[in-house]
Amino acid sequence: MSNLLSSSIGKKLLMGLSGLFLMMFLLVHLTVNALLLVPDGGEFYNAAAHFMATNPFIKVMEPMLAIGFLVHILWGVKLTLENQKARGNSRYASGNKTTGVTWASQNMLVLGITIFAFLVLHIAQFWVKMKLVGDPRLEGIDITIGGVSTHVENAYALVNYTFSYLWVVIVYIIAGVGLALHLSHGFWSSFQTIGFSNQIWRQRLSVLGSIYAWVVGLGFALIALLQYLFYQPV
Amino acid sequence: MENYINLTLKVWRQKNAREKGRFETYQVKNISTDSSFLEMLDILNEQLINEGQEPVAFDHDCREGICGMCSLYINGRPHGPDDDITTCQLHMRKFKNGETIWIEPWRSAGFPVIKDLIVNRTAFDQIIAAGGYVSVNTGGVPDANAIPIPKDDADEAMDAASCIGCGACVAACKNGSAMLFVSAKVSQLALLPQGRVEAARRAKNMVAKMDELGFGNCTNTGACEVECPKGISVANIARLNREFLKAKLQD
Repeated sequence: MSNLLSSSIGKKLLMGLSGLFLMMFLLVHLTVNALLLVPDGGEFYNAAAHFMATNPFIKVMEPMLAIGFLVHILWGVKLTLENQKARGNSRYASGNKTTGVTWASQNMLVLGITIFAFLVLHIAQFWVKMKLVGDPRLEGIDITIGGVSTHVENAYALVNYTFSYLWVVIVYIIAGVGLALHLSHGFWSSFQTIGFSNQIWRQRLSVLGSIYAWVVGLGFALIALLQYLFYQPV
Repeated sequence: MENYINLTLKVWRQKNAREKGRFETYQVKNISTDSSFLEMLDILNEQLINEGQEPVAFDHDCREGICGMCSLYINGRPHGPDDDITTCQLHMRKFKNGETIWIEPWRSAGFPVIKDLIVNRTAFDQIIAAGGYVSVNTGGVPDANAIPIPKDDADEAMDAASCIGCGACVAACKNGSAMLFVSAKVSQLALLPQGRVEAARRAKNMVAKMDELGFGNCTNTGACEVECPKGISVANIARLNREFLKAKLQD
């Protein structure tokens, strides 16, 4: 097994599998975020956030997610460094005029660093406040879940307040576009790497990947923008 | 219609593997647009020899696009500004009168420059030697219909087998990866019953040799497929990944 993971294809397998795992996480995250748009003062969203915070399955998945990110970032950097070495120091004086190669596919590291920079901010804004240091806006409220009155953190208030700043929304839009570009190559590429592709599936996966990438990337950005525009208390 | 053009050439000159190279500028005049790119270089070399200078060293052999010997990175593309051809099949009609043409060797750590425009591509031979063959058992010639092969498989195997090992995939790759070459060589045999017998060992050994020789890791940009003179598909790379992972998991 160690032999497999030290080979080029084995290292890429780790990138592909961690990428697929992170893409599933993004779908769950986007689904919960979409509840921010339910115009009920955040009750539905708070109920979902409470479910996510207390559900034992999510408790197991949280450290798994951290490992997934770590593997994807560390191996991504490692593979890029190896590739620069394999490419050598000499550059072509006449540049690169190969057509039909997507910009995203050649700039996955740059896009990845953009996403990572966003991730640091994102974790500081929400995860740190919700899990570690707390925030006065998270002050517990009572909501009714399925007829039972439950005391939950007011996660909606924190999110709503954070998205009242224009600069935050702009950062989220930039990160959303960066994420969409990263995924537009990453989706197809991860399937190709685990061996699940051929002449026919390549077309299907490319189309599916583009749809997935832009729905997810622009979805997150749009939710932040709509929160800023229409959901702020007057 | 035959025309004659004058060109400025920026050619990479490098005495040997150790010394630093540089670009030299040459002028060639009255080049027929019907001549091939290599014929144009022949004219340049004749001119250099007549002037008492050393001719430009470049690889070439069959000059009919099937041997994979000619290389050259011309104006930003391996095999120059045309699709699905080798440099010997590139014609001067693709260039304009007065144009400046940059001519460089393949650049990749796996292909060090030997002299001028010639790079050392023995790494490919070493990868083939690691398993890119079927061990021959001689005996009576079997009937052609003794081993049925589905048409689709036969076609895909033939497409993969059209790889001529020129190295344009590595030259075009931002990662210096040889995956398209290795995947074609693995696929052409993995698709046929005669090649299946040794498929697992072949995939493992050829990938191990490719890694050992310092070729990069594929990131699926697809530049190799675009620049391949034989149009080898990256679908072969997915097959190689499949073959390799299957073989490793069986261990």
